[in-house]
Amino acid sequence: MRLVVDLNKCQGYAQCAFLAPDVFAMHGEESLVYDPHPEEQQRERVARAVAACPVQAITADGLRGAPGSAPRSALGVPDGR
Amino acid sequence: MAADPGARILREGRIVIVGASLAGLRAAETLRAEGFAGELTLIGDEPYEPYDRPPLSKSVLLGMASPIHTELPHRREIAARWRLGVPAAGLDLAAGRVRLADGDEVEYDRLLIATGVRARPWPNEEEARLDGVCVLRTRDDAADLYRRLKAGPGRVFVIGGGFAGSEIASACRGMGLPVTVAERAGAPLVGALGGVVAAVAADLQLENGVDLRTHVTVTGLEGDAAGRVRAVHLSDESTVEADVVVVSLGSLRNTEWLTGSGLGAGPRGIACDAGCRAFDVRGIVTDDVFVAGDVARSPHPLFGYQFLSLEHWGNAVAQAETAAHNMVCASADRRPHLWMPAFWSSMFGVSIKSVGVPPMGDQVMVTQGSLAERRFVAVYGHQGRIVAAVSFDNTRWLEFYARQIERGAPFPVEFPTMDRRPEGRRPVPAAFPDPSLPTHGATVTLTGYSPADRQLVFHPARP
Repeated sequence: MRLVVDLNKCQGYAQCAFLAPDVFAMHGEESLVYDPHPEEQQRERVARAVAACPVQAITADGLRGAPGSAPRSALGVPDGR
Repeated sequence: MAADPGARILREGRIVIVGASLAGLRAAETLRAEGFAGELTLIGDEPYEPYDRPPLSKSVLLGMASPIHTELPHRREIAARWRLGVPAAGLDLAAGRVRLADGDEVEYDRLLIATGVRARPWPNEEEARLDGVCVLRTRDDAADLYRRLKAGPGRVFVIGGGFAGSEIASACRGMGLPVTVAERAGAPLVGALGGVVAAVAADLQLENGVDLRTHVTVTGLEGDAAGRVRAVHLSDESTVEADVVVVSLGSLRNTEWLTGSGLGAGPRGIACDAGCRAFDVRGIVTDDVFVAGDVARSPHPLFGYQFLSLEHWGNAVAQAETAAHNMVCASADRRPHLWMPAFWSSMFGVSIKSVGVPPMGDQVMVTQGSLAERRFVAVYGHQGRIVAAVSFDNTRWLEFYARQIERGAPFPVEFPTMDRRPEGRRPVPAAFPDPSLPTHGATVTLTGYSPADRQLVFHPARP
């Protein structure tokens, strides 16, 4: 699966690093690094991370149908700004 | 009354997007989301589907992501004809036709140019061909550089202390590799952030074991008998032995293919209006050619309608969305591109973010935190207004400052702020270098007030 994080939006809340630690990691206090191409078995964890991000910065594809699937705004649909 | 051409384009037009990276992909998705049902062609010079570039100098070099797997997720099905691995070679404006390098031609009713930038190569071609001399822009570059770093070179030499160069140096230190950074100006990042904040970036490098050389230029690269780079010669007459040299001297805009087309394209990018429509060489706006992303230079009302060139991820997304909307809507429904410039970087475990246009600022004040602690917000002012804010590990406040920039809030900053220190009570000169000699660190370039402005001339250093 593929994902991208809008790091302009990311404020380093680290919810994703807690929910999907093999995909997202904090590098220092506020910097997020991530794997843009995680393995399929991470799908469920990534879906939870997408849904939990307080600033909705994560866009991932192929999440439809996964448990905890993200709301539409988290799938990268512009929020009007 | 004649029907607006937008409706016909939407139903059965032919749209060509030249540039298959972030801006090209997001524009294609937006076109389909707007209901575009015609023929869509994406042309890209690289043989890969659109991939994300920021991870190439961060996650990839940290070993957390594969350089060949940063493909961008798609927001929706775009049903496009892809022409990948073949660059566009020419444009016939009168005929509405793009010529490809393989001789093929593609006709359009609406064209979007999103050809972006490429890494500025080392100017001495013979030296640039030495084995071990690298640049970092594409996924092939990243795969090559990562392989060389993993091999454990004796020393990595980074030419240029801009964001990319500093991120590479950070990754090298993370891998335990000795690294030297050479910067023409007095500190890394000075072109983008000014001398006051750049001094913090310099401390960060020194403290993390980077051999930082400032006020120097590289005069030559020396190879061994086998054609491998072995040493770097500097303007202070010193020599540094290195097995890997990363040329990180900023970027060149991919506009050469438009030479002679009649479009207002040059080394500063392609001038377009606030609606992303390209200007021709006469300074007249075109109806059917649009521009988005790093290759565009467009006037921004928040910054005196000066034309800005933004090498920002978020700008590529926002401008592509606006351009795509304007390509297929009725003319009365067009929107201006009013994106607040914003970017991020990350080095040595510190998150650096910016909103607005720091190089426009002539004064700076640290309104929250402190430079010494490397956790702060610095606010930039120009002619009595806030024009930018930069944070080191203090991201959460930037949204607030973005609103202040939007409303033209006064500078020096009058409102009270959390964690204000004595050092932040008074503005000081922001200490940007002379803009007529730009360093490669700037990610926003102020390019004047007319589509044909040529007041800035860039003279690359000749070794």
